[in-house]
Amino acid sequence: MSTRSVQRKISTHESLGVTLLLIGVALSYLLLFLGLPLATVFVEAFKKGWELYLSALMEPDAWAAIKLTLIAAGIAVPANLVFGVAAAWAIAKFEFKGKSLLITLIDLPFAVSPVVSGLVYVLLFGAQGWFGHWLQAHDIRLIFAVPGIVLATIFVTFPFIARELIPLMQSQGKEEEEAAVSLGASGWQTFWRVTLPNIKWGLLYGVILCNARAMGEFGAVSVVSGHIRGLTNTMPLHVEILYNEYNFVAAFAVASLLALLALLTLVIKSLVEWQAKRSGEPLH
Amino acid sequence: MSITIENLNKQFGSYKALDNINLEVNSGELLALLGPSGCGKTSLLRIIGGLELADSGKLLFHGEDVEQRDARERNVGFVFQHYALFRHMSVFENVAFGLRVKPKKERHNEAEIKRRVHELLNLVQLDWLHDRYPAQLSGGQRQRIALARALAVEPKILLLDEPFGALDAQVRKELRRWLRRLHDELHITSIFVTHDQEEALEVADRVVVMNKGKIEQIGTPDEVYAAPATPFVYQFIGNVNLFHSRDHAPWTQQHGDAVAYVRPHDIEISQLAQDNTSLPVEVKLVRAIGSIVRVEVAVDGSSEFIEIELSRERFDTAPLTNGDKAFIRPRQFRVFETGVQNELSAA
Repeated sequence: MSTRSVQRKISTHESLGVTLLLIGVALSYLLLFLGLPLATVFVEAFKKGWELYLSALMEPDAWAAIKLTLIAAGIAVPANLVFGVAAAWAIAKFEFKGKSLLITLIDLPFAVSPVVSGLVYVLLFGAQGWFGHWLQAHDIRLIFAVPGIVLATIFVTFPFIARELIPLMQSQGKEEEEAAVSLGASGWQTFWRVTLPNIKWGLLYGVILCNARAMGEFGAVSVVSGHIRGLTNTMPLHVEILYNEYNFVAAFAVASLLALLALLTLVIKSLVEWQAKRSGEPLH
Repeated sequence: MSITIENLNKQFGSYKALDNINLEVNSGELLALLGPSGCGKTSLLRIIGGLELADSGKLLFHGEDVEQRDARERNVGFVFQHYALFRHMSVFENVAFGLRVKPKKERHNEAEIKRRVHELLNLVQLDWLHDRYPAQLSGGQRQRIALARALAVEPKILLLDEPFGALDAQVRKELRRWLRRLHDELHITSIFVTHDQEEALEVADRVVVMNKGKIEQIGTPDEVYAAPATPFVYQFIGNVNLFHSRDHAPWTQQHGDAVAYVRPHDIEISQLAQDNTSLPVEVKLVRAIGSIVRVEVAVDGSSEFIEIELSRERFDTAPLTNGDKAFIRPRQFRVFETGVQNELSAA
């Protein structure tokens, strides 16, 4: 009885006009800041028709940027997958000195501006940097080259998987692992047969977020890349260059690919969430 | 397989979880580690199982030092308080786990694994649940599956951590009888941890009473109940009335600071004083609970209540009602000097 009367009181509390106004404000906010930009990307990309759109994407420099983005993400995501799982496993299942320091370190890329993290790599590995001399002497190029881009991407996307897994693994505790060990399983068997299946949905979720960020990263990559067309340009960087050259159709064509990627990521993310919910294993 | 524990110590920071533990567990017996929470009983169990390491001391299985052996090499079955079933595996796969992770040359073929798992599931009377998942089972069913899983690797020792702790009273009672019967069939050396004295006394061959990291007493259920070695055991196992020497000098029979411990059923109550040890009391509350009658009385001039248990038969021969004046006298009690443990017994 009480909840009903409270509900009634709340629902009649605001007049119809106020309700509509609030909904209207929320919807126009969403439309203005999320819907409109997304639509603009596609509208601008297709402004001059299909042919120009396709030719902008088939252009060798654009194609090189797409490939480089895939390479950077293709290295950064597996690397962070391994490190993220290892870090989360260590933090959630064991007690050791310096644990809180490790957690803080994992959060560092979230706290630091991507531009700063890019700059740090330049200061470390650039020609005038700490290790610049040694690297030059051994003919190793990191900055203004693909390895630098990969490094910067790894740094920026480092926390995604670990952050996703730590609370999940902590809430699961370590009794199942202890049970596995007491049943004769080795550490490796315990991990593959008990730990990993228990975190698979959370892990997939972390990988999706990590991948989205790896492909979309601009700041850190921009600093270390050197913007060499066809060589060290990723998709976001290529978009910027094209835009600065007033080549709007091409800029928005490449941007539309990134937007599509984002939409795809959201679809997969929703699918994973739905699947995880159905199997009764919480993500967080 | 027998277990020998010598001078075992375990410290967590500044907290001494186990303080010089010495214990001999006989082959094939069912032993209870009984004590309040935080007394070190679970730490002791986990050290025996290899899930935790002792700081110092010896741990022998059948005379063989196992200190250096990993949990997986100890051949010990462990049953956890919250079951720790693998949530993503069916009941069948849970029980089969220990068989599947064996090294290749020791591993049985699929048909043999199947046969063994079904045999174990039949043993715990849950074969019909073999394709369910842990989340679909009740607490009692989960605990039986956890037990079947532990037994699958044919352990020489079975360790159970508060096995019935998370279950409701009815299921608990059923399961502990069932565990006792199962143990009588299998004769695996078993240790279970509990804070429930009734459970320990009913199920175990011997009971180890622990408090603050130390063993207070080791004995059969009858011994720890009828002849508690320390004031702690007296208070922890069963109900007890305390009579301080300051107030009831005739009962403590000695000088100095002492306390007499008397079980509720060891107090006689009558309308007439029998001798000079009888205490005048007033009946405050009479409650009939099943086959016994519980009478609460207050000693004249004191606000403390004393609990007395009488059989219904005995009560009926001399019924009491609230407000009656009466005399009480201990049939059997034990005196512990405060500080020094000194036992005196009167019959």
